[in-house]
Amino acid sequence: MTDSNWQDSVFEAIKAGGIDLVGYVPDAGHAALIEKSIRDADIVDVALTSEEEGVALCAGAWLGGRRTLLLMQSSGVGNCINMLSLQRIARTPMVIIVTMRGEYAEFNPWQVPMGSTTERALQLCDFQVQRVDQAEAAAETVAAAIDMAYAGDVAIAVLLSQKMLGRKKWQE
Amino acid sequence: MAGVIAQLKRRAVVRDMLANRQGLTVISGLGSPTYDVAAVADHERNFYLWGAMGGAVAMGLGLALARPDLDVLVVTGDGEMLMGMGSLATVGVKAPANLAILVLDNGRYGETGMQQSHTSTACDLCAIARACGIKDSWQVSTAAELRRIRDDFQRNGSVRFLQAKVADDQPGRVMPTRDAVANKLRFRRAVDAESAPSNAKP
Repeated sequence: MTDSNWQDSVFEAIKAGGIDLVGYVPDAGHAALIEKSIRDADIVDVALTSEEEGVALCAGAWLGGRRTLLLMQSSGVGNCINMLSLQRIARTPMVIIVTMRGEYAEFNPWQVPMGSTTERALQLCDFQVQRVDQAEAAAETVAAAIDMAYAGDVAIAVLLSQKMLGRKKWQE
Repeated sequence: MAGVIAQLKRRAVVRDMLANRQGLTVISGLGSPTYDVAAVADHERNFYLWGAMGGAVAMGLGLALARPDLDVLVVTGDGEMLMGMGSLATVGVKAPANLAILVLDNGRYGETGMQQSHTSTACDLCAIARACGIKDSWQVSTAAELRRIRDDFQRNGSVRFLQAKVADDQPGRVMPTRDAVANKLRFRRAVDAESAPSNAKP
């Protein structure tokens, strides 16, 4: 399965799950999903200055009845910690897809401290964490996360491993 | 006192803004703004933040984008706004016409001992909001100034920002529910969230 195929499948899972608001901080690993969200007439796409804005944004959108998705890199998880008080205390459903950095063939050592902390930090914040190492499993994992989050006001993070995403290709 | 212009009082400003509120939905930032909103009257269309500092505007933005059919007012303070300043940039980009942001700026951190905030010296939040693309941004410090712009601030049609310079008085705490789940469920019922239409990009 090629790169673009799994991203197409993940987007289909998002649409099938009724997601209609996507918040994100620009990221190479999420680039295709972000592009598709922007082009989709039925998805409100919101570029954020910091990932923590996305936590509050999604809670507000859920108050109004929308299903939301947050896209971020592992470093962004660290930016969210106190804002997740809102999700936890109000028990709003939340789905985050995290592209992992700092765990495999990472050229930038500054990504390691947060990358190595991401999964445990999410678990400390009561997230159910689903890790994806095989591209073929990505779409089904995202579909399951959306179902579970919105069935019972649960917070779920899907971590896309750096090994799966591949070595960083510099954007021209 | 002769020669002294009476400063705005935070409770009076909020009472004024919530008079005849009809379908207005309100998100209040932690600390005094939450007490101010509760002091006017508890309401099923209020959501009170007691934490998540810096998130009030982003939460209001999410609600406004989710529901173009609702009027959304965020009521927060200068300290909370300073912590979430990036969200003003995001609001400027999305610019939902149904979102209004009221900052009650006393230049102090009221919950922690009235220490000075950045707005009491160098920082101009209204200028920041305008520079973020929120053209309809105002700063008022007297009742007359507030009266002059109030209708424009309350008129749904463009994203709006109002920095009200208020006295650093500390009216008594009026504490609304701290149960965010109950608050969430009540709010969602009030705005019919379960059957809200999913609508296309604005």
